[in-house]
Order: sequence, then C-alpha cells, then structure tokens
Amino acid sequence: MSTAVDMPNFVRAREVEALPPPNLARGPIAWIRENLFSGPFNTILTLVVFYLLYVSVPPLMKFLIIDAVWTGTDRAACRADTGGSESGACWAFIWDKLNYFIYGSYTISERWRVNIFFALLAIGVVWLLWLKAPRRDLGAVYFFWVFPVVSYILLTGGNESFSGRFWIGFAIFGALVIALFAFVAALLKASLRPAFILGGGIVGVIGVTLALVDLDFGLAHVPTSLWGGVLVTLLVATVGIVVSLPFGIVLALGRRSKLPIVRMASVIFIEFVRGVPLITVLIMANTMLPLFLPGDMTVDRLLRPLIGTALFASAYMAEVVRGGLQAMPKGQYEGAMSLGLNYPQMMSLIILPQALRIVIPGIVNTFIGLFKDTSLVAIVGIFDLVKTIEASRIDPAWAAPTIGITGYAFAALFYFVFCFGMSRYSLGVERRLAAGQKR
Amino acid sequence: MNSVQTAVSQTSPPKKSFLYDPKVRGIFYQVVLVAAVIFLFYVAATNAIENLQRARIASGFGFLNNTAGFDISQTLIQFSAAGSTYGDAFIVGLLNTLIVSAIGIFFTTFLGFLVGIARLSKNWMVAKVAMVYVEVLRNVPLLVQLLFWYIAVLGALPQPRNSLEMGAGFYLNSRGLFMAKPLWAPNIGVLVTVLVLGLVGSFFYRRWARIQQEQTGRQSPVIKVTLTLVFVLPILTWIVLALFGANPISFEMPRKGTFNLTGGMQILPEFVALLLGLVTYTAAFIAEVVRAGILAVSKGQTEAAGSLGLPPGKILRLVVIPQAMRVIIPPLTSQYLNLTKNSSLAVAIGYPDLVQVFMGTVLNQTGQAIEVVVITMGVYLTISLLTSAFMNVYNRRVAIVER
Repeated sequence: MSTAVDMPNFVRAREVEALPPPNLARGPIAWIRENLFSGPFNTILTLVVFYLLYVSVPPLMKFLIIDAVWTGTDRAACRADTGGSESGACWAFIWDKLNYFIYGSYTISERWRVNIFFALLAIGVVWLLWLKAPRRDLGAVYFFWVFPVVSYILLTGGNESFSGRFWIGFAIFGALVIALFAFVAALLKASLRPAFILGGGIVGVIGVTLALVDLDFGLAHVPTSLWGGVLVTLLVATVGIVVSLPFGIVLALGRRSKLPIVRMASVIFIEFVRGVPLITVLIMANTMLPLFLPGDMTVDRLLRPLIGTALFASAYMAEVVRGGLQAMPKGQYEGAMSLGLNYPQMMSLIILPQALRIVIPGIVNTFIGLFKDTSLVAIVGIFDLVKTIEASRIDPAWAAPTIGITGYAFAALFYFVFCFGMSRYSLGVERRLAAGQKR
Repeated sequence: MNSVQTAVSQTSPPKKSFLYDPKVRGIFYQVVLVAAVIFLFYVAATNAIENLQRARIASGFGFLNNTAGFDISQTLIQFSAAGSTYGDAFIVGLLNTLIVSAIGIFFTTFLGFLVGIARLSKNWMVAKVAMVYVEVLRNVPLLVQLLFWYIAVLGALPQPRNSLEMGAGFYLNSRGLFMAKPLWAPNIGVLVTVLVLGLVGSFFYRRWARIQQEQTGRQSPVIKVTLTLVFVLPILTWIVLALFGANPISFEMPRKGTFNLTGGMQILPEFVALLLGLVTYTAAFIAEVVRAGILAVSKGQTEAAGSLGLPPGKILRLVVIPQAMRVIIPPLTSQYLNLTKNSSLAVAIGYPDLVQVFMGTVLNQTGQAIEVVVITMGVYLTISLLTSAFMNVYNRRVAIVER
C-alpha cells in the first residue's frame, strides 16, 4: 500500500501562479453583463433607455453647445434671415444681457456695492455652513446682525436722516424698555445687574443699528425700483433665511409650549401659512399690507414680497425646528431642569444647540425650497432673475426664435447650480451626523 | 445643632412669592400675547376701515352678486361676461383649479411611482437616468419649468393650419390640443348602470373570496373576476348596444379646415403646459417618497417571505408594498397638496384658475382685497385641513400597534 506520504513527487515544491480572474465574474464585461443585460427584461429595458438617450441627448448637446451662437451684439446673429443660426441656443443674448440679469437696473457706477454684498453673503454662508469653521457663534452674530445692517447701508445707500423727534422718541422708548426690565427684576427680587445688561443690550443693538443706518457714508441713494436680477433673487432668499430662522425657532418653541394660548397661536399661524400657496401670501402682502397701515405710510414695493416670503418661510422653518426639538430625548430636558436651569437657559444652552444641529439638513432643504420660491416674486411684479429674463426676452433688439428657450435654459442652470450644491451639502451633513449615531 | 434646625425649618414651609409660581407667570405671558395680538388686529382694522373709506371701496360680500363683465377662456359651467356674476367667476376658477389638480394627481402618481421604482432598479442605466430626472426636476423652480413648457415648447408649435397630426383624432397646434369629443346618447344610463353593478359585484365577490379563504384556505381568482366585472362587462354591453343601433357614446372628431380646426374638444395650451409642468415636477418628489418607502421595508421581511415559499410577485404584493405604503402615504398626500397649491402658479401663464380669475381679475376690478384674499385663502386652507384631518384618521388606522 502506498500513501501520499510515500510519494514525495506529489508535493509541489513551488507555488503555482494564481490564475487571472475569469472575465465573466469581474471586470467591465462582467459588470455590464450583470448591471445591464442580466435577463431578457433588463436587456430590453437597457436598449429602450439607450434609444431614448440616443434620441434626446445628441440633439440637446447640439442645441446647447455645438450649434449654439456664442458671439453677437444683436438679434442678427440668431436669426436665419439675417445670416445667423437658428438651430442652436443664442448664448450671445445672455452674454449681452448678463449685467442686467445680475444687477437689474442698479446704477452702473454703484454696482461695486452689489459685488461687495455678494462677497459678504458668501462669507456669511460659508462661516455658518462649514462645520469646522472657527467661532461659529461670531458667525451667527455676523450673519444675523452685522451682515443685514451693512448690506442695507450698501445697497440703499443708508443716510436715512432720521429727524430729531425720531431720536427723542427712541430715547424715551429705550428708557422705558430698561425701566421695564429693572421693574420686573425688582418684582422678582432678582439682582438688577443682569436686567440692566439685558435691557441695555437690546436698546443698544437697536440704537447702534439705527445710528449706522442714519449716518451718511457718502454713498449715493439707489431706489429699490432699480434693483433687479440675481441681486433681488439672492436678497429675497437671504432676507427669508435671516428672518425665518429666528422667527421659526420662536414659533416652534411656541408650538411645544405648555401654555395653551401660546401653543394655539403658534399652531394657527403655522397651519394657516402652510395651508395656502405662497402666491396668495404674496398677493396678500401686495394688496393688503398698504391697507393695514396708516394712510400716510407707504411700504416699499420690494419690501412687501420680502415680508410675505419671510413669514411664509418661517412657518416651514418652525416645523423643521419642531422636528429637532421632538427628536431630543426627554432626559436632556430633565437633566437641564435638574441642574436648576430655567426655561430660557435650558433652551439656549442645552436643547437648541443639539436640536438645531440635527436639523441642519432639514433647514438646508427648507432653504432650497425658499430659494426656488423666490422666483414667485416675479408674478407680483418684482424684477428678480426670472422677471429680468421675461423682460429681456421681448426686447426687440434681440427678437429671435431661440431667445425664449435660451433665457429659460440660463435661469434653469442658475437655479440648478445653487440648489444642487445646497442639496449635496445637506446630504454630506446628514451622512456626517449619521456617522456619530452609528453603534 | 442650631444650624441643623435652621436648615430643617427652611425646607419645611416653602415661602413662595406668587411671582415665582409657574402658573401665574404662564397666565401673565399669555395675557401679554393676547393683548399684543388684539392690539395689532385693532390697529390694522381701524386703518383698513379708514383707508377703504378714503378710497371709496365697498366692503362686505355683496360684490359676489354683481355682474362680472369679463370672459374666461375655460369654463366648466355656463359663463358669460354679461350674464354671470363674480360669484360665478369664483366657481369657474375653483372648478378649473380642481380639475387641473385632479388630472395632475392622477398622472403624477403614475410617473412618480415609475421613476421611484426605476431609481431602485438593478439596471444601472435605468437607475441613473431616473436619478438625473429627479435631480434636474427637483432643483429648478416650478415657475421656470412652467414658463419653459408654455413659451419655449408650446409656443413653438405650428399655426392651426399646419397642425401636427398625431393620429386617433389628436391634433396639436398653437391653440392647444384638439381631440375627439365624446357625445353621450340618452341610453348612456344603461352603460353606467352596468359599470356600477360590476363595481358593486366585484366588491362583494372580493369579500366572499376573503371569507372563504379564511375559512377553508381555498383561493379564488379574484383579479380575473374583478377585471371581468369592471372592464369586460361594460365594454361588452357597449358593443352589444352599438350593434343594435343604440350606441351610447359617439365621438365627434375635429375636422381640419383651411385655417382652423372645427368640432371636437379643445384643450387650452395653458392647461397643457400647466399640467405638464405640475406632473413632471411633482413626480420627481413622489419618486423620492416612493424610493424612501420601499427602502424602509427591511430586507429581513423579503427574506422571511421568501423562506415561507412565496413567489417574488406575491412577496412584493403581500409583504413589501403594504408595509411600504404605510411610509409612503403620508408624504404622498402632502405632495398631492403641494401640487394643488402649486397649481396657483397658473397665474404666471394665464390659465384661469382660482388665483388668476379671483385674486387677479376680480380683485383688480372690485378692489375688495380683504374679502377676495380671505375667500381664496379659505378655499386652499379648507382643502389642506380636510386632507390632513383625513390623513390623521388614516395614520391612526395603519400605525404599527405596539404590544
């Protein structure tokens, strides 16, 4: 009997080289087989999709890029009867009108101010949204106070020149506020110092804001009727976010409050606004706001839709924030209370910082919705990007068959770049936050 | 000893100022809030009354009975500029809003489910195309899409004399979509009766089949019977009636004249554009809802169903879809509501919906902003609140009962 042990020539002395992986299990061919042609149904599906892409993509590319007209100074370039090309997009039109699309009719010599506004906005957005940015608390102060005030002065020119009577009135108001705080503190037998600091702080912030707006920085006044294009689109979106975030937080806290009337008021406001279309809110702001104010007071035509969108966005923001508040475990509330914190302290130090952090994706998504909704101000006659395109589209100097489609393609591209960027950001944050929750 | 006693005596009867009582504070805050709200409303109301009187604008809802004096391009009820009132205009606008919403919801559900399922397809190509669709449509404002459809696509259609013929009596030109118009004969009642009987019969058959399966375990061909009762039977009736010369439905085809199409049914280009825009836009959101819903059903469910020996079709129908629907339905309803609210963008392209007719023309003619805004918002609010009330009932029914 012989065994394997007896036959040493069966034992390999050297290792055999590994075979290459079979083509049909790995590599591009296998991938195609598995993902595109794994069965008769899938094969048909793939072929149908290929056919649809073949029918749609090349003509689109041809229209948008290959056959497009890139240079030209007027309609001649984009009309067949004047020797131009009609088979492609007329980008020359966009190029010619670009300044109008960005600034509207803003005084040409003053457009640098708008550029600074764009830069300040970018700084604020990056500071707040970049999770690793230093001193994001200062970022919040910048975004919700410094930036709005500076932007207001930059864009309008400031120099409101309030009357002396106005300042006397403000001084009385300030004194009243501080006195009220001191009175409440005295009633509660608390120390007067924090009351003075709080009251003085509020009056101080309002006072400094008013003083800055009042001062003459030598900037020429630019009426809001001249503003337009991307400037207005970004302005409406910015005002929406700057107002809706704090206001939304207050509404969300109100909705979660134990006080029945506060809760009811918040619920009514939120559900009312969420139940009606934005366009009706805008028309309401446009037609009813002037009615509700004393006869001699007029509201700026740009301010009306700003108020409308800000209120509208607040209701949606409130629901997002409420989601975050509800997601907080009860132990956080109880822990805060057991440390002896009162309601404002509990909310501002324990609950809100955590709740807001987990709803960042929701806030960004609401903001994407708000950004898209800013286009509706065009319907009430505000010259935002859509409206400037509408106005340029019918400009006889650029009367050509492809102008309309080019204009809307440009608008779509603009909104897409912003919204898609924001949605990627919110996905990234979501993934990062989820990573911390994984067990 | 002394210190211990003071500590004890401090804790025994808590000397509380009523200012520290949370109840008192709560009442105080609420009184302040109510006072502020009442003050705001009072100021607004007095200013409004004064402003209205100065502008000589009437108030109250009497204007609804005044003659409208303008025409509307699409009316589902009888409407004429001379004989109809603002109240009629309101109803016309409301019906136009409702019809575009209803048809839009019908189509967008199909498209949305299709794209949502395509996004989960194992076919890489299909999944990617669906993803691009969703990302592009979701990230461009609806207004831009509507204007694109209306001006760039439908505006480029030929004049009526060069209408595009699409077969089966469909024509497309710059005045809209023309198609065959169904004409109802008096004996349509027979057909309707058969259809209703079929629906009722299939309902009872399904109930009987379920009870029988629960008792004996035997299964009945429910789907086949239902299809026969609901579709085959009415169609057979129609054919029989037609053979006996009593055709209940006939079609009036649009005819091509030298300059225009006559006869048939015309669908306004505004309606087509609005419908296209709303359907494609909302479908992108519904696709995401559907995808999330299907992904929310854990893999273990599918595997468990498979290990019980259910075939793939039944796994999908009996295990995955019922559970996915629980996640899908609430956000789906809110998408339906969004579509209804977004139909108000009709005002941008001139489709005569509620906002365009009532908040646009009627408001401008009468100047009675407060009444018009209140009525219009009331309509949308009623639709939203009714839907969410219905949703709450549904949610309570399908919510997982934890034991």
